[in-house]
Amino acid sequence: MTDISLPQSQPSRPWISAAAVIVASGLYSWALLMAEETWQVLSLLVLAVVATGVAIKTGFVRRVERDWAASETRLNRLAFAVLIALILVLSGSHFALLMISTVLLYFVASLGLNIQFGFTGLVNFAGAAFFGAGAYTAAVLGNVLVIPPLLILLAGGLVAMAISLPLLIPIVRTTGHYAAVVTIAFGVLFRTFLEVNEILGGPQGLMVNSMKLFGWDFYNAPSLGNLEISFYLNYALLAAGLAALVFALFRRLERSWIGLHMDAVRLDETAAACFGISVKRTKILAFLLGNVILGVSGALYGMMISFIAPASFTFSDSLLLVSIVLLGGLGSPWGGAIAAAIVVLLPEKLQLLQEYRFLLFSILVMLVLLFRPEGILPRHLRNFFPNRRTDA
Amino acid sequence: MDFGLIAQYLANGILLGTMYALVAVGFTLFFGVLDVIKFSHGDVLMLGTFIGFTAWLGLEAIGIVNPWIQLVGVLLCSLAGTALIGAAIANWLILPLKKAPQLNTLLITLMLGTAIREAVRLFYPNGSNPKAFPALLPDASVEIGSFALRADSVILVISGLALIGALNLVINRTRLGLAIRAVAQDEETARTMGINYTLVVLATFAIGSGVAAFAGIMNGLYYNEINFGMGLILGLIGFSAAIIGGLGNLYGAILGGFLFAGLQVIGAALLPFASAYKDVFAFAVVIALMAWKPTGLIPERSSDRV
Repeated sequence: MTDISLPQSQPSRPWISAAAVIVASGLYSWALLMAEETWQVLSLLVLAVVATGVAIKTGFVRRVERDWAASETRLNRLAFAVLIALILVLSGSHFALLMISTVLLYFVASLGLNIQFGFTGLVNFAGAAFFGAGAYTAAVLGNVLVIPPLLILLAGGLVAMAISLPLLIPIVRTTGHYAAVVTIAFGVLFRTFLEVNEILGGPQGLMVNSMKLFGWDFYNAPSLGNLEISFYLNYALLAAGLAALVFALFRRLERSWIGLHMDAVRLDETAAACFGISVKRTKILAFLLGNVILGVSGALYGMMISFIAPASFTFSDSLLLVSIVLLGGLGSPWGGAIAAAIVVLLPEKLQLLQEYRFLLFSILVMLVLLFRPEGILPRHLRNFFPNRRTDA
Repeated sequence: MDFGLIAQYLANGILLGTMYALVAVGFTLFFGVLDVIKFSHGDVLMLGTFIGFTAWLGLEAIGIVNPWIQLVGVLLCSLAGTALIGAAIANWLILPLKKAPQLNTLLITLMLGTAIREAVRLFYPNGSNPKAFPALLPDASVEIGSFALRADSVILVISGLALIGALNLVINRTRLGLAIRAVAQDEETARTMGINYTLVVLATFAIGSGVAAFAGIMNGLYYNEINFGMGLILGLIGFSAAIIGGLGNLYGAILGGFLFAGLQVIGAALLPFASAYKDVFAFAVVIALMAWKPTGLIPERSSDRV
């Protein structure tokens, strides 16, 4: 609609359907994480597929997306609250909290990749290498006690950025497949380097010290009366905080002129340059910022799993990160969150299929690419006025 | 460093270079006709090698033990099977995505590669362990000073180079080659000239995959061992070789293949204290080359239009 018309009579609480979706997703995640029998998991999966199909067919998804855009701040806060509630409810279960934290950190990593890839169109097939650089930084610095642990997270990001500096010249000068080979070569190089380097533990890897925050060691389980609480609760809460922070940054970036420049560079470099946008500067900024985010999430991941080895940061893991971005929809943060949950949870919950998981997973991605190439939740036009209702 | 050692490095480099060039040629052919990167190339190569291995098991089982007949049988089965697989992939996975962003094709073939690798690991009998590939070529060797020239490497290099030469002839001298070059230059004009576009694409993918299967068999005959992961690294190296040579150019792929092998050998020779770093060295030089020549050593001719 191009003409400006007065808002028609809207339901008094337009965000209620989106809020219902958030709460339902929270309940669903709880059910999925608690389900132990294979038949329970399978029926939950079937339920999700059917519900999604019905929601797409009836236009419910589009309505929720519109409502979300209309009252974004409120709904994002609600989503965060539901996430925290979910973490607290599951506070007794090691496995569920580990899963939630892993999903959250992969989500953060996917946001970093999305800045490079969804916004600027820079392909990065070395995501796991930058993620791993953060984790290795945490391992090495964690043994030096003088550094405050919260700074280690930042250091992980800075180291990931620093090792990507030599790549800047080839990244800026190449495009398309030629850029892909630069990052692929770097990913292989990084992994081989870790494997043959004896200071960094070689193929056996390194131990990582746990996170300490204000004198509180994250390896200690918080105690509350005689409730049984897993020490992963610390990490889950910290990961949730990190995810919320990076998500807010991502949204701000998208709405800023920098995000606009990134989109312009992705859509047409020549045209963007004609309008006075520095293609080089935009690409460098996107590449470095994305790698900082990857490094920070990697550092926290390393502390959480407390043991890292080169085998966790291979080319296949980079592919996994890229698949999260593509499955979710390029540039779409919520799509990335759903895709991260699918990629992490599906193989872990279906132990029956554990052996076949990579096979099934690769076939799933192929099917999505063939039949829904725009991803699970395609990105919309940027919303400059997040809390205003548009009738379009 | 004495003569024998240098000659050994040189012989090794030439053999590796031939193998890499054969893989890179496939990437560059596919890019030529469709402007896509088919990343499952390496895993298709691995599948082809396993088909050849299965053919050898079959020939053993029915009692044919003459190594030359076995070799011909293995090559025929492997090349034909792989060519069919390559054409099938083009038909059902790559052509349907022709209109989609290039990245999607790259990703779907990456995933296909994973699927093939996993399928061989899971479903081939005892597929997760390496298999001993038979030595079908004579293992005689000529001693020149401290350097032993193995007959099988000589045969492998000569046949590999002959295959590259034959491929060059096919591309530059036959009607099929003319059609492939026409499609590579301009798809729509080629169609209006009465070229069966789909058929040419399928033929190109069949040829490229068959050539890669030959490289896989070479690999098996030389190292006498094959495993389900061999395709990934060969595919990565072949892709890098095709890129540093310049995509879409047959000579670029050959140059890139030998260059990469040269880098590995130089890396191994110059870093004797740390020969494990040879791949780090080779890939670092690849990145540096990309910074210097962003579209490869023999760039494709292109211009930007807005």
